[in-house]
Amino acid sequence: MIPFVINIVYFMLSLALLFAFIRLTRGPSLPDRVVALELVASIVVGYVGVHAIDTGVSSLLDVAIVIALTAFLAAIGFARFLERGGRRND
Amino acid sequence: MTDIIVSILLIAGAAFMLLAAIGILRLPDLPTRMHASTKAGAMGAMFIMGGVAFFFLDSIVFARAFAIVVFILITSPIAAHVIGRAGYFTGTTLWDGTVKDELRENYDAETHKLSSGYEGSPESVTPPPESESPEDR
Repeated sequence: MIPFVINIVYFMLSLALLFAFIRLTRGPSLPDRVVALELVASIVVGYVGVHAIDTGVSSLLDVAIVIALTAFLAAIGFARFLERGGRRND
Repeated sequence: MTDIIVSILLIAGAAFMLLAAIGILRLPDLPTRMHASTKAGAMGAMFIMGGVAFFFLDSIVFARAFAIVVFILITSPIAAHVIGRAGYFTGTTLWDGTVKDELRENYDAETHKLSSGYEGSPESVTPPPESESPEDR
């Protein structure tokens, strides 16, 4: 049962990744892209968790922790950059 | 039994993430997109981590999954708040159907001072502001 469910979950997460990527490329302003990038990082955390179940390697959860941490720092950095009035190239 | 719980948690998490992605693709402006992606995305990641914890049934894995859940729960609202604030102040246009933007009249984007809109009126309890020092922003 678990391998079948994992295939479905992989498919759904890939679809979500595709949608977030479309918004990342199309997004009219830079904050839209930052939001899409944060969602991509969140989806990748889910991907890593599902892959840990798939392969049975529980150490992959450390990767998920690091990805969540870097995504948070990237969001904070982008927001600071926007608010301080960096070069906008929408 | 464990298989069923893990399957339900994984499917629920993936469904939440798919909903977040559909929302970020379909919704019209920045605050509504953030409304979809932040909450549903964090919920999906938390459900999947719960599924991981139930699959391995190991104390160390449980601690790691719990750490990820707590971290996402703390950082996701902070990141959304900061991005939304930056997006609002950099002049992102709101959706045409937006009914109310109460911050626009009462907030001074230069000095970052928020007024209630009732200063000096008879209902006001506090006296009107005399002089603002630039320190207490």
